[in-house]
Amino acid sequence: MVEILVLIKQVPDTNARIEIKDGKADLSMVKWITSPYDEYALEVALQHKEAVGGNVTALTLGPARCDKILKDAKALGVDNIARIDVPEGYLDSFSVQSMLAEACSSLGAEIIYCGKAAADTNAGSTGPGVAEKLGWPSVANITNIIFGDSSLELMQPSFEGQAKIGVNLPAVITCDKGMGEPRRANVKGIMMAKRANVDLIGVETVGGNTSVVGHASPPDKPPGKSFDGSEHVSTVVKLLRDEANVI
Amino acid sequence: MSEIIILAEVINNTLKESTAEIVTAALSLGENPILIVPGTSPDSAASMAATYEGVGSVIALQDDCFSTFDSAAWCEAIASVAPPGHLLTSSSSMGKELAARLAVSRNSTIIQDVIKIEGSNITHPIYSGKAHETVSLNGPSVMTIRSNVFKQSGNGGSASISNVNTSSNLRTSLKEMVAKASERLDVSEADIIISGGRGMGSPNNFDKLYSIADKLGAAVGASRAAVDTWEEIPHSMQVGQTGKTVNPSLYIAVGISGAIQHLAGMRTSKYIVAINKDGTAPIFRHADYGIIATWEEALPILEQELGTLLG
Ligand SMILES: Cc1cc2nc3c(=O)[nH]c(=O)nc-3n(C[C@H](O)[C@H](O)[C@H](O)COP(=O)(O)OP(=O)(O)OC[C@H]3O[C@@H](n4cnc5c(N)ncnc54)[C@H](O)[C@@H]3O)c2cc1C
Ligand SMILES: Nc1ncnc2c1ncn2[C@@H]1O[C@H](COP(=O)(O)O)[C@@H](O)[C@H]1O
Repeated sequence: MVEILVLIKQVPDTNARIEIKDGKADLSMVKWITSPYDEYALEVALQHKEAVGGNVTALTLGPARCDKILKDAKALGVDNIARIDVPEGYLDSFSVQSMLAEACSSLGAEIIYCGKAAADTNAGSTGPGVAEKLGWPSVANITNIIFGDSSLELMQPSFEGQAKIGVNLPAVITCDKGMGEPRRANVKGIMMAKRANVDLIGVETVGGNTSVVGHASPPDKPPGKSFDGSEHVSTVVKLLRDEANVI
Repeated sequence: MSEIIILAEVINNTLKESTAEIVTAALSLGENPILIVPGTSPDSAASMAATYEGVGSVIALQDDCFSTFDSAAWCEAIASVAPPGHLLTSSSSMGKELAARLAVSRNSTIIQDVIKIEGSNITHPIYSGKAHETVSLNGPSVMTIRSNVFKQSGNGGSASISNVNTSSNLRTSLKEMVAKASERLDVSEADIIISGGRGMGSPNNFDKLYSIADKLGAAVGASRAAVDTWEEIPHSMQVGQTGKTVNPSLYIAVGISGAIQHLAGMRTSKYIVAINKDGTAPIFRHADYGIIATWEEALPILEQELGTLLG
């Protein structure tokens, strides 16, 4: 039985407007969703279990509002759902990764899947960071997997084409799109998930070494020039050469 | 004493130009940064890196593990030669993965996609560029530097080079390289990108984009609607929230409406050109130069004009 762990994060809906209030992002009005790449990670974790057997746990680190995405994962068919309870607010990569890594080892994980990047941070730091903390190999941005009992064969896009990479467990894999559309929950799954319990995982709080000074909206670009009609294509080509200097 | 360390971006023993931008970023944190040049035979890349102005010294780091990318092995090799202090590298996808590991191995925090450094205040985009976050550092950190943001440093320098050999164990194995179907440039590699959306009408019409791309030395990208609608347009071409984030000098969007998830992948391009028949399409609000026209009318003229200009 492989212990399969999948890291999922709750993030603001990618359509949400990010309002800045008193120099900080105001998220009080946003709708919260499972980070899009984490849906692929969940799909891969479930496929792993279907291919070779195992037990799938979905783990998140966040405040109580994050139970929603855990229940959504439960409805898709994961076996266990767990959360490291932290208060609302900023945590830097070092504290997030240290706490996640500790929880992953206490849960006995042998393979960890996560998203290639979260939709809020866009960082792609967590998978490799957790792997380093655990002393495990990691492979990032995977688009396809062949599951073995104690090893995996992974497809990873590279600038030269596609690399086929072999890795032995334990390992951390960050998932890109590619393994098919993530499954949707059925009614039975949704009913079961309603009654599911979230295991609260206690880990030692780890402090970081950065703090947030503030958020700002990206500076507005000066308004562009708009031209009506294809006869202006030559004007734009001239501007690209003489004003923008990019061709 | 805490040092400033730069990890050069090197692919197949060739130094990438983005390294010169990282040098500039590093110099805003402190003087005489140490530049590490990894490779299976790093000497010529190291000689070139030594000419970057402001660099204090260069370490040519030879290790056979650099023949294929394995973040654990690379991290081990680099960590063994990098002294304590801030470490900066490129925000390519390899750079980001490696940097995340290095940060943990140095007990520090990683800040990805840095666009501004002011004292110990570091700014980077979050929420797909919908906001900028400034954090303050209370200790050494690891940062990746967005390309096309910092100026390249000059090349009148002559730093001393030392050679270090390590032998780190690969933890993954490269079984096979499946070559790309075409020799076309990837969007994440290109300095000019021309992308097509659902408005292109059919995948065959992307040929028009390819012939313009050939004139410009550009890569061809696509919106998710194009990728999802047409099998011929692979996901590797997708730009946006669930595709690639690109930061070219010039981005030309053709028949793309400019949905927020598409903008998430390309809004930081230096110049944006939009060609769309609908003057109210949101893409025009982000374009430096907008042309309200169908692609059927506009692209032949564009190709011809570029032909005259660029030969
Ligand atoms: C979670 C999530 C993630 C997503 N990720 C991405 C992503 O990574 N990348 C992405 O692109 N989208 C993404 N999307 C989808 C996004 O919301 C839009 O649906 C998509 O970008 C629309 O693509 P489009 O502009 O090509 O198509 P449309 O919105 O259909 O626009 C087509 C445009 O073409 C114009 N047009 C039509 N005919 C012509 C003509 N003959 N000449 C010139 N112009 C013409 C029209 O005026 C229109 O503006 C995501 C959505 C979600 C929910
Ligand atoms: N707080 C968290 N809880 C659970 N998983 C997380 C958390 N933060 C990041 N992850 C996972 O790590 C991936 C990459 O996140 P990031 O490094 O922030 O881009 C996400 O897609 C998640 O799978």
